Amino acid sequence: MSSLPPHKLLKEMTLADVSVGYDGNVVVKNASFKLLEGQIGCLLGPSGCGKSTLLRAIAGFESLMTGEINIDGEVISSPSRSVNPEHRFIGMVFQDIALFPHLTIAQNIAFGLSAWPKEAAQERVIYLLSLVGLSGFESRYPHSLSGGQQQRVALARAIAPKPKLLLMDEPFSGLDAKLREELVPDIRAILQHEKMSALLVTHDQMEAFAMADQVSVMSEGVIHQTGSPYQIYHRPETRFVASFIGHGDFLSAKVCGPDCVHSALGNIRGDLDHGFADNTEVDLLVRPDDILHDDTSEFVGVIVSKWFRGSHFLYRVKLSSGKVIYCFASSHHNHSVGQEIGLSVHLDHLVMFPR
Amino acid sequence: MANLARSSLASKSKWDWLKVAAMFIAAILALPILVVLVNVLIGNGEVWKHLYQTVLAEYISNSLLLMLGVGVGVLIIGVPCAWLTSMCDFPGRTFLSWALLLPMAVPAYIIAYTYTGVLDFAGPVQSFIRELTGWRYGEYWFFEIRSLGGAIAMLTLVLYPYVYLMSRAAFLEQSENTLEVSRTLGYSGRAVFFKLALPLARPAIVTGLTLALMETLADYGTVQYFSVNTFTTGILRTFYGFGDVAAASQLAGVLLMFVAVLILLERYSRHRIRYHASGLKKASNRRMILSRGRGLFACIFCLLPIIVGFLIPVSVLAYWAVFKAEMPGANFIQLAWNSFYLAAMASLIVVSLALVLSYAIRLNNGKAVRASVGIAGLGYALPGTIIAIGTIVPLAWLDHRIIDLVKHYSDERVGLIFSGTLVALLFAYTVRFMAVSLGAVQNGLGKIKPSMDMAGRSLGMSPFKVLTRIHIPLLKGSVLTAILIVFVDVLKELPATLVLRPFNFNTLAVRAFELASDERLVDAAPASLMIVLVGLVPVILLSRSISSRTDSAK
Repeated sequence: MSSLPPHKLLKEMTLADVSVGYDGNVVVKNASFKLLEGQIGCLLGPSGCGKSTLLRAIAGFESLMTGEINIDGEVISSPSRSVNPEHRFIGMVFQDIALFPHLTIAQNIAFGLSAWPKEAAQERVIYLLSLVGLSGFESRYPHSLSGGQQQRVALARAIAPKPKLLLMDEPFSGLDAKLREELVPDIRAILQHEKMSALLVTHDQMEAFAMADQVSVMSEGVIHQTGSPYQIYHRPETRFVASFIGHGDFLSAKVCGPDCVHSALGNIRGDLDHGFADNTEVDLLVRPDDILHDDTSEFVGVIVSKWFRGSHFLYRVKLSSGKVIYCFASSHHNHSVGQEIGLSVHLDHLVMFPR
Repeated sequence: MANLARSSLASKSKWDWLKVAAMFIAAILALPILVVLVNVLIGNGEVWKHLYQTVLAEYISNSLLLMLGVGVGVLIIGVPCAWLTSMCDFPGRTFLSWALLLPMAVPAYIIAYTYTGVLDFAGPVQSFIRELTGWRYGEYWFFEIRSLGGAIAMLTLVLYPYVYLMSRAAFLEQSENTLEVSRTLGYSGRAVFFKLALPLARPAIVTGLTLALMETLADYGTVQYFSVNTFTTGILRTFYGFGDVAAASQLAGVLLMFVAVLILLERYSRHRIRYHASGLKKASNRRMILSRGRGLFACIFCLLPIIVGFLIPVSVLAYWAVFKAEMPGANFIQLAWNSFYLAAMASLIVVSLALVLSYAIRLNNGKAVRASVGIAGLGYALPGTIIAIGTIVPLAWLDHRIIDLVKHYSDERVGLIFSGTLVALLFAYTVRFMAVSLGAVQNGLGKIKPSMDMAGRSLGMSPFKVLTRIHIPLLKGSVLTAILIVFVDVLKELPATLVLRPFNFNTLAVRAFELASDERLVDAAPASLMIVLVGLVPVILLSRSISSRTDSAK
C-alpha cells in the first residue's frame, strides 16, 4: 500500500520568471509571484490573457518554456523537469465543474481518497458533505444536482485529499449572479476553515475582491501587478491596472511640487512624494469616490448622465475643459442632467502616469 | 525560439506512438482506393477504348438515371414526412416519427426479392387480377418490377430515412425561431415552409440526399437482380465474367469519380449546416395543430412509406419463411453462425481501431492525425464493389509473391493466405465501416471533457487509472453502440462479401442473394427475414435517441 499523501499545509509557492506557450505562441510571459500559507490568491484579467494557462501550468498540465515553479523548496516545474500532476498534491476546481457523471456524489468526493484507509475516507466524505451543506446527497448522481450544488461537490472533491494548494479556474462563471454572491463567501469560509491555500482565476474583479487576499492582474500574458485588492484598486502600478480595475478617468495634470499636481480641478496634494519632476505632464487617475459633490467648491461641471444606485448617485460630469469624469454623490443630492454642480477632489495618494 | 520548439515537441512526444499508429491505420485503410486510382492512372488505352465503345455509356446513363430517380423519390417522401412529424400535430405523430425509420432495417436487395415475388407474373397480385378478369399473359399491362423504375422504387423505399432523419433534425432545431417569429411577421404556414424552413434546412436535406445517393451507387443486389446494368454490376461482371482486372479497375475508377463528387457535396453541406445552426439549441416545439381532414391526410401520407417500405415486405417474408419455405436445417444454422462470427470479428476489429484513432485525435490533435482519421473514415462512401476490387488486387499479388517465395526455398505448398481467407473480408469490412464506428466512439469520447481527465490527474490518478476509472465506464455505451452498428452493417453487406468470401463460405446475405437469383424467392425468405430482424436493433436504438431528443426539447 502506498503511503498516505503528506497532509502538510503549503508554506510557500514561488513562481519565478515562468513562461508558457504552445504551437509557437507565448501565452504567459515571465510571470513571477509568491503565495504564502493560508493565502487565497487570484489571477485576474480579461479573457484570453493567459491566466487559465498559467493555472494549468501550476497544476502540471502545461510544460514551462522558461522559469520555475517551486513549492516548499521543491521545483515542481521547470523547462527540464515536470512533476506529474498526480504527484503534486494540488487540487483543482474546473470551470465546467467536470464531475464524473457515472459516479455518485460520495464516490466523486472519495475519488481522490483511494490511498486512504476506508473508514478515514468515509469519514472525510461525510465531513465534507456537511461542510458544503449537502449532507444526504451521498447517493445522488451529479446530473440531479443544481449548478450551485454541483460546484460545491466539485470543491469538496478537490479538497478531499487535503491538497497543499487548491486551484480554481473560473469556478463561478457558469452560475447566475445571485448564486455566485451566496457561494463566494461560503467557499472562502470553507477554505479558511481548512487553512488551505488557494489560487483563483477569474475575469470578474468583484469576485476577486470578495475572495482573494492577493490579486495578480494579468493582461496579454503579463502579470502587471500583484497586491492586496486595496492596493490594486488604489495604487495601480500600470495604466492597464488603473483602467481595468474599477471605474476611473485620467485627468491631464502638470506636476507643481513633490507632492502636488495642477489640474482642471485645481491644485491637488497627495500624502506622499510622487517622484515626478516639476512641470512634467501627467495623467492623473481619479476614481468616482475621489470626486465629491461640493456646492461650496469653485470648480464646477455639468451633469451629462446619471445612474441611481440606491445608496448613492453616480454622475458623469463634464468639466469646463471638456473632460468628462465620474462623480459619486449621496442619494440625497438628486440633480438633473444638464445641471451644474460644484466638485471637490479628495485624493490621498496621487496615481499618475507620464503622458 | 529554440526553447519554444522544444517544449511544444516535448508535450506532444508522449503521444507520438498514437500518431504513428493513426497514420499507419490510415495508410492501410487507404490501400483499396489507392489501388483503384493507380489502376486508372496507369490503365492502358486499349481497355479504356473498349469500355468506352461498349458498355460505358449504358453504365453511366443507368447509374445517373438511378441516382436521379432515387434522389427525387427520397426527397418527395423524406422531406414532407420530416416536416409533418416535426412541425405539425396530428393523430399518430409520435408513433410515426420513429416508425418512419423502420424501412432502414430492410436491405434494398431483400425488399427487391420480396416485391418481385409479390408483383411478378406468377405472384399473387397478377394471379388475382387474371382470376378476376380472365385475361391471360400479354392481354393486359402490368408494372414490370424488374426494371430501372422498379430499382428506383425499391431503393427509394429503403433510403428515404436518410433524408427524413437529417431534415427532421434541421426542422426541430429551427422550430423556435422560424415558426413563431415568422408567424408574428405575418407569414402563413405554407409560406413559412417554403420561404424559411426549407431554405434553412437545405444543407441538412442535401447531406441526407448525398448519403442516400452514396448507398444508391453502392447498391449491387437490387440492380443485379433486376438486370439493370450499372457500374457495380458492370464491375463485377467484368471482374468475374471476363476476369479482366484492368477493365474492372477502370470502371471502379469512373465510379470513384461519381463518389468523389458526392463526398465533396456532403462535406460542403455539412459545413453549411454548422453555418446555418442558430446556436439556440432549445426548441419550444409548439407545433401547428392540423384540422381533422388535413391531420388524416398527414397521417396517411406518413403511414404509406412505412406500410410499403416495411410492413408489406416483412409480412410477406414472415409468411414465406414460416409457411412456405423449406424448414431451415443444419445448413441454415451454419449460415447464421458464419454470419454471426464474421460480423462479430469485424465489429471488434473496427471498433478497436476506431478507439485508437479517436484517442490519437484526442491526445495529439495535429494535422497529421486529423488527416489520418479523415482518410480512415473515407470508406463509408465507397461502394463495396470498389473496396472488393481494391482489396483483392493487392492481396492476391501479395499471396502470389509469398507462394513464389516459399516455392523457391522448399517444396511446401501454401495457399492464398490473405486473398483466399477471411482476412480479405475482414479488411474490406474495416475499410467500409470504419466511419460509422469512428462517429459513435468519437461522440462518446467527446462527452468526457478534457477537464475530467485533469480532475482525475489532480486527484492523484495516473493516466492509466484515469483510463480505467473514468474513460472505460463512460465509454462503454458508445463502444457497444459502435460494435452493434458495425455488426449489423456487416451482416447486411452483399457485394464485398460476394467477391471476397473464401471458397464455399456462405453467409445469410450471400445465400439469400443466391437463392433469389435462382428464382427460389420463397426459400430465400428465412435468411432475409433474419437479416431484417437483426437490422431492426440499431434502428430501434436510433429511434429511441430520436424520441428522447424530442422529449428533452419539450
